Amino acid sequence: MAESRLSWKRLRDNKVFWPIVVLALIMLFNAIFTPGFFKIEFKDGHLFGSLIDILNRGSILALLAIGMTLVIATGGVDLSVGAVMAISACTATVMINPQLANEGVKSAPDMLANFTNTPLWLLILTALLVCAGCGFWNGLLVSRINIQPMVATLVLMVAGRGIAQLIVNGQIITVYYTPYYFIGNGFLLGLPFTFFIVVAVFLLAWLLTRKTAIGLFLESVGINSTASFYSGINEKNIKLLAYTFCGFCAGIGGLIYSSNVRSADANNAGLSTELDAILAVVFGGTLMTGGRFSLLASIVGALVIQTTTTTLYALGVPAMAATAVKGLVVLIVVLLYSQQAREGLGLLIESAGALFAKKGGQS
Amino acid sequence: MKLKIDRKLMPLLVTILVLIVGYAFGYSQYNGMRQPQAFFNIFIDNAFLLITSVGMTFVILSGGIDLSVGAVIALTTVASAHLLEMEGWSPGAVIPLMLLMGTALGAAMGSIIHFFQVQPFIVTLAGMFIARGTCFFISLTGVTISDPFYRQVALYQIPIPFFEKAFISINVMIALAVLVIAVYLAHFTRFGRTVYAIGGSEESALLMGLPVGRTKVLIYTLNGFLSALAGIVYSIYLLSGFGLNALNLEMDAIASVVIGGTLLDGGVGYVFGTMFGVLINGLIQNLIMFNGQLLSWWTRIAIGALTLVSLGLQSAFAATRRRRVVVER
Repeated sequence: MAESRLSWKRLRDNKVFWPIVVLALIMLFNAIFTPGFFKIEFKDGHLFGSLIDILNRGSILALLAIGMTLVIATGGVDLSVGAVMAISACTATVMINPQLANEGVKSAPDMLANFTNTPLWLLILTALLVCAGCGFWNGLLVSRINIQPMVATLVLMVAGRGIAQLIVNGQIITVYYTPYYFIGNGFLLGLPFTFFIVVAVFLLAWLLTRKTAIGLFLESVGINSTASFYSGINEKNIKLLAYTFCGFCAGIGGLIYSSNVRSADANNAGLSTELDAILAVVFGGTLMTGGRFSLLASIVGALVIQTTTTTLYALGVPAMAATAVKGLVVLIVVLLYSQQAREGLGLLIESAGALFAKKGGQS
Repeated sequence: MKLKIDRKLMPLLVTILVLIVGYAFGYSQYNGMRQPQAFFNIFIDNAFLLITSVGMTFVILSGGIDLSVGAVIALTTVASAHLLEMEGWSPGAVIPLMLLMGTALGAAMGSIIHFFQVQPFIVTLAGMFIARGTCFFISLTGVTISDPFYRQVALYQIPIPFFEKAFISINVMIALAVLVIAVYLAHFTRFGRTVYAIGGSEESALLMGLPVGRTKVLIYTLNGFLSALAGIVYSIYLLSGFGLNALNLEMDAIASVVIGGTLLDGGVGYVFGTMFGVLINGLIQNLIMFNGQLLSWWTRIAIGALTLVSLGLQSAFAATRRRRVVVER
């Protein structure tokens, strides 16, 4: 009996547990109300189905959530990821064909040809470098000038879309270069290519934070920045690293987005994704005040949000109206996570478990 | 002789200076800006922003944040347009109902923030999603308001004495009244002092025996009320309601408050300063409009840069002020 209570406690304290419970609940809802939700087909060498769709569409959110987790772990927040996504998308697409930015789509048909001015690897590298630079800038403001993270990143959030417009000269750039499509639409071994990107970035972040001391430093900076400084941690560089990495993740997100919709719109690329990313991290049980974090839990959180969205679409709820339901889910989950609710719920389940065990003992 | 200026006032003074220099620049460059009406138009175009920014000032002064204001404004415009046009309600019923709705939303968010100890950022983010989404449950498309009362209010011009042909709208009068009441509320009442105290240090305020919980709930309630009021003013200004109205307005409001010299940490700032933040926002839009060659997205870059400047000033002048946040799980 004592053992079962202990394992329940361990389970409850595991960060991945609650997000998975929520995810399971939504899946259960789908199993009942959405016919064919779990059906996966094998067509043209790819897997097709709602679940695969969630994996593909959720990839951007998962990437942003990975970066955001590190930032939130330091006690900060990055509001600029949506704008950085736009910058990434605009940088990459404008390099494919700069003429489109100057003259727009109405120009000669040969501009719509399948060619690129810059090699694919170079434009990806440039976009990612620019975005890491954006993150670096946020990190500088936060760590060196000591500006509150929310405001420091607000600057780039407000100005970033303007900068992205500047890059594409106010045009919406359409991509005609087909190899670029692969990033967001391609399939590898039957699974979406984006899935592999997420796994790679996750592994990178996981190795960085769990196989080196950086993860520990991040948590320590998040719990008490001053104390970390006095214990010999270079808290400024740790913060700088977190923001830079977050910008890098947003950059990949922007590439996937622009590749997926085959265009770059500075106004709408990654619009309000920063909020979704923050929600994913909060779903994952990482506190906004910083400290303990779990990358895996954040990814599950991202999946929860994506699954909710897909479910609502499947039920025929208009895209914009779906946000209301998403807001309600957030509110419920956040309330469940709050200490009051947790204590109450934990007490309830434990007493129920005790009662159950007692009955079992009697029989 | 050394001029002594309170350090807290410096960011605000710089903002006012930028406003004057910016306006003088526009005055010298563009013919259109020499009309007195150009100045009053800034107020007319930004009355709703001023109202909601005033509410935001209280929230930020208390060390919190409210991301839901833009969505609440949108919800107010959609709901009132729908009730007026589709349901045929009279404005006399719609306006109080809308104010009640905003107040209730604010009170609900404030209560969750206080009683469940959830960060304001998350709660108001959820509130924003709910309000924004509800707009589209009411109406997926924009609704034009043709109610005679709204039209009359929208078209009514209050002449300005000493300036020929210059006028302001009723919206501006509402916004200015809100500003005056808010200044009184912030600096001359017990509620206002408690707001500053909570922003300075919530723990100290609690230990001093101040009603922290009640005040926190009240702050968000007040902000909800002002958002709804801003929403009504906005629907009068636009004479339509649409769920994508006032998108990202919360960020404009926060930027205005910060440019107006309020510290985002809370505890330091002036409600009056927020007006200058809003005016700068309007001035930049005006300058870019009168220039005619620059595209509208320069507004965003300029506002971002200005926010950065006032932040730099704040951290330079308030670097000595250290705040220890004790985080409890």
